[in-house]
Amino acid sequence: MADDQALIRADGIAVDFGDRKILHDVGVAIAPGEIVTLIGPNGGGKTTLVRVLLGLLRPGSGRVRRRARLRIGYVPQRMHIEPTLPLSVSGFLALGRRAGRDAYRAALAEVGVAHLLDSPVQQVSGGEFQRVVLARALLREPALLVLDEPAQGVDIGGQRELYRLIAGLRERRGCAVLLVSHDLHLVMAATDRVLCINGHVCCTGEPATVTDHPEYRRLFGPIDREFAVYTHAHDHEHDVHGDVVETETGGA
Amino acid sequence: MDLFADPFVWRAPVAGIGVAVVAAPLGCFVVWRRMAYFGDTLSHAALLGVALGVVMGVEPMLGVLLAALTTGTVLVTLQRFSEFAVDTVLGILAHSTLALGVVVLSFFENLRVDLFSYLFGDILAVTPGDIGWILGGGAVVLMLLIALWRPLMALTVHPDLAQVEGIPVTVVRLAFILLLAIVVAVAMRLVGILLITSLLVIPPATARRFARTPASMALLAAGVAALGVTAGLGASLTWDSPAGPSMVVASALLFVAAVSMAPARA
Repeated sequence: MADDQALIRADGIAVDFGDRKILHDVGVAIAPGEIVTLIGPNGGGKTTLVRVLLGLLRPGSGRVRRRARLRIGYVPQRMHIEPTLPLSVSGFLALGRRAGRDAYRAALAEVGVAHLLDSPVQQVSGGEFQRVVLARALLREPALLVLDEPAQGVDIGGQRELYRLIAGLRERRGCAVLLVSHDLHLVMAATDRVLCINGHVCCTGEPATVTDHPEYRRLFGPIDREFAVYTHAHDHEHDVHGDVVETETGGA
Repeated sequence: MDLFADPFVWRAPVAGIGVAVVAAPLGCFVVWRRMAYFGDTLSHAALLGVALGVVMGVEPMLGVLLAALTTGTVLVTLQRFSEFAVDTVLGILAHSTLALGVVVLSFFENLRVDLFSYLFGDILAVTPGDIGWILGGGAVVLMLLIALWRPLMALTVHPDLAQVEGIPVTVVRLAFILLLAIVVAVAMRLVGILLITSLLVIPPATARRFARTPASMALLAAGVAALGVTAGLGASLTWDSPAGPSMVVASALLFVAAVSMAPARA
């Protein structure tokens, strides 16, 4: 991908927390309208990479280049709102961009929770609140949506709904999507590119549709078109310290 | 009545209400951001500020402001670079600054007697100059709070989200500490450093269950705070109880009444 095409591009990113190497030599670029899914083991640095891309964390080395005036819509992993804060959903949306009740209602309707407009945020369930946060991101008319583990704690039916919704948003709005997935193998079918992150980019590729894998169909039942399987193609392994070990010829 | 011809009688409520209606809306953010102990630490550091003011020969209020700001900045820095939990760092800062303040003040014979009034306040001794500070400082704090309202609210709800949405998080955070420092510096004369946090925390807690929006909670808290000050001063005049602590007791009673009137929603 040429430099001028990418919405955001990170090169040679390294992040250390004390003695722990979290990321080293990670590069990623996201093109307009592209859906990229980050997968990888816990502690592998997915969320750290997202924080670097969002500008929330300055990397020890490497650089992040964003297209000028790039608008990002961000949906963080978990949000806890203080019970002492009397905030309604519309008040929450207004914090991102002041747009008026009609716009708030439309944004909530787009993610299927229009009925929540005047609810106190503390009374909204976790899954619904995530959609509210997504609505707040959409109100900014982002060129890039970043969702950190949106499917975490959501059952498989809820995940299907969510993936359908995200794929629909990309279709309608043409925004790029960066998605962090909690699952190592099952990703959103609309994903254009998967990056497996474990300290570095272990492998990258396109996911295969679930229908190609009778084994998954047997395992998950009729999970149909919203899911796809990603087959890892690692040319190395990690030892217990997370360091790269070259795979023996013939491989695992 | 002769009583009201006495300037001490009207100065106290003007000063008390002036501080309370500014402290309460700011205190809402202290409650929402779980920073009660932080406010406590700033006010403990105020005594060190008084001592510094004496040593350097400047207005004690300036010393207090300086000490509170320094403590706030040190805290933000320590929080980022140390392995200790926030409450541990706060405990260290609060008590070491208070102790240092007492030690420094003890070298000045004539100030030693005033220690009690620094700890618990002396609202009946406010001078016209103090009232100038209170009203001026209060107006500045309220205007800044209104200007900062939206970014501060976004930061309170979720700092990362606020930053991605373009809010200069560090600047807003420091500005909030500055506002708290001003309120602490001004409120110290009234209720003393040991009771300042009550002005920040009790009225918002009282208002919480009656409020539907953040702004209504802030306004309601200001009203409740003014009521607590008035009732406390009335009690102090009637029973000759110490004014500052009486205001805090009245405010606490209002809280208890509010909690029993409006039970928590399930």
